[in-house]
Amino acid sequence: MTQTSTAPRSSDPGPQRAARRPGTGTTATRVLGGVTLVAIGWLVAFGLGFSPADRDQEESVRILYVHVPTIWVAYVAFVVTAVCSGIYMFSRRHSLGWDRAAGASAEIGVLFVALTLLVGALWGRLTWGVFWQWDARLTTTALLFVTYIGYLAVRRLGGSHHQRARRSAVIGMLAVLLIPLVHWSVRLWRSLHQEATVLRTDGQVRMDGLMLFSLFVGVIAFTLIYVWLMLHRTRVMAMEDALDDHGLEEALAARRAEGDRPDGER
Amino acid sequence: MSTWRIALLVAGKDLRVERRSRVVTNQVVPFAAVTMVMFAFALDADAVLQRVAPGLVWLATLFSLLVLVQRSYAIETDDGALDALRVAGVDPAALFWGKALALAVQLAVLEVILIGTAVVLYGAEVRAEGLVLLVTTLVTATCSLAVVGTLYGGLAAGFRGRETLLPLLVLPVVAPVLIGATRAVEAALGTVPGAVVSEGWPWVGLLAVFAVAFGVGGTLAFGPLIDE
Amino acid sequence: MQDAGFILGSYAVTFGAIALFAWITVRRGRRLSRQVPTDEQYWT
Repeated sequence: MTQTSTAPRSSDPGPQRAARRPGTGTTATRVLGGVTLVAIGWLVAFGLGFSPADRDQEESVRILYVHVPTIWVAYVAFVVTAVCSGIYMFSRRHSLGWDRAAGASAEIGVLFVALTLLVGALWGRLTWGVFWQWDARLTTTALLFVTYIGYLAVRRLGGSHHQRARRSAVIGMLAVLLIPLVHWSVRLWRSLHQEATVLRTDGQVRMDGLMLFSLFVGVIAFTLIYVWLMLHRTRVMAMEDALDDHGLEEALAARRAEGDRPDGER
Repeated sequence: MSTWRIALLVAGKDLRVERRSRVVTNQVVPFAAVTMVMFAFALDADAVLQRVAPGLVWLATLFSLLVLVQRSYAIETDDGALDALRVAGVDPAALFWGKALALAVQLAVLEVILIGTAVVLYGAEVRAEGLVLLVTTLVTATCSLAVVGTLYGGLAAGFRGRETLLPLLVLPVVAPVLIGATRAVEAALGTVPGAVVSEGWPWVGLLAVFAVAFGVGGTLAFGPLIDE
Repeated sequence: MQDAGFILGSYAVTFGAIALFAWITVRRGRRLSRQVPTDEQYWT
């Protein structure tokens, strides 16, 4: 799916259309964007309109139609980051396209986790009466968020593209090693200290058909958003890298021209 | 030379540098002790301090870990010693284990001092039946912290802004160690009312799994990380 | 709707943040696309 479109392809050497609009869009992404907007419209219509209020949670269940899909897609995004990092490290070509896909996926994942935490706090306030619970899932998600902020900081450390790619690939794969350990430790911590939770913190609700369908629409909508963002972000990253390379080449050319000058202004 | 011999040589070198410069004894240990006093100012109550003493010991250890890791790589990158070692063809795995070993020795000394401080200042008591658990916890937690510190320290070494990047990378990673080590020491010291020593052993298991996972990960990843 | 502020707010925050990220990305893409040679833009 998304990986295939991010691997670098040899570009078509034929004549370009003269009046191409500048940017990262193609006909495919525009169609995808249109479909995504329709899906978001459906999600809003079903989530806020058609679906019924829950028996226990009443109206606040409507928040879950955006809350649950964002965290699912965020987890998918981080898995994609790890897989792309692994392909970069272990493939013989060490193609930077995989590294950029990993970085773009992590950025979108961080955005989605941030939204999950924020929206989840609002839902918690309505359902539990508090913004935050020291529950295993919440705590793991918070640590996940900080871990991938660190990953993005490592990407910005500087150095050559391949140095960046290698460092961030290692961190991207270590992060996936870390998540189960964090979850295990936090669950052990909570289970020893809080035998019986007064509040149901797992967010499981008995769902009727229309609710389940609304959630399904949410997952589709956010997956489409993810794919659309991935396409654009990897293309922007490819151009950033290309611009870096060209900037270096131009600087080197200028320096050589300076050295070759016969009159010697130094 | 075998990997282990080189690792021991690297560890010996690091410890010798530390012994001669006395930065650990003159700066890091006082820093950790001051942190313990500051905790007492912040949590102004004897009962609370006794209750949370294990957690404070590990927090102070984590803060000192950050200082020690920066120190451990500052002595390498200042003179380009890390590059020289790589050019000399030293196995990255041996380098990793050597530096981790040196870090572990320094951490272990620091932890013993901090637990002594907690006994004196916070009124925590080391009980005889929890001694085995306490020592095992110290060993496994020290190994976990040392491998994580060495791994992420090597990543951040030699870059501008490493002082701020290292805590951001290391603290979320060592969160399981903080939880596990704190609970195990609580069980060993019996600072929580009704704590049984046997409750601590699952946590030691967690720490051991963590140490092994990041030990293996570090051995494999250290080469690509420092190889520029 | 009961608690409408929280519910509508969470929808607004979610889609607003995503729209902002998308807008920044697309705008940056437009700007870079003028500076980078077309043969580097593999999607064209």
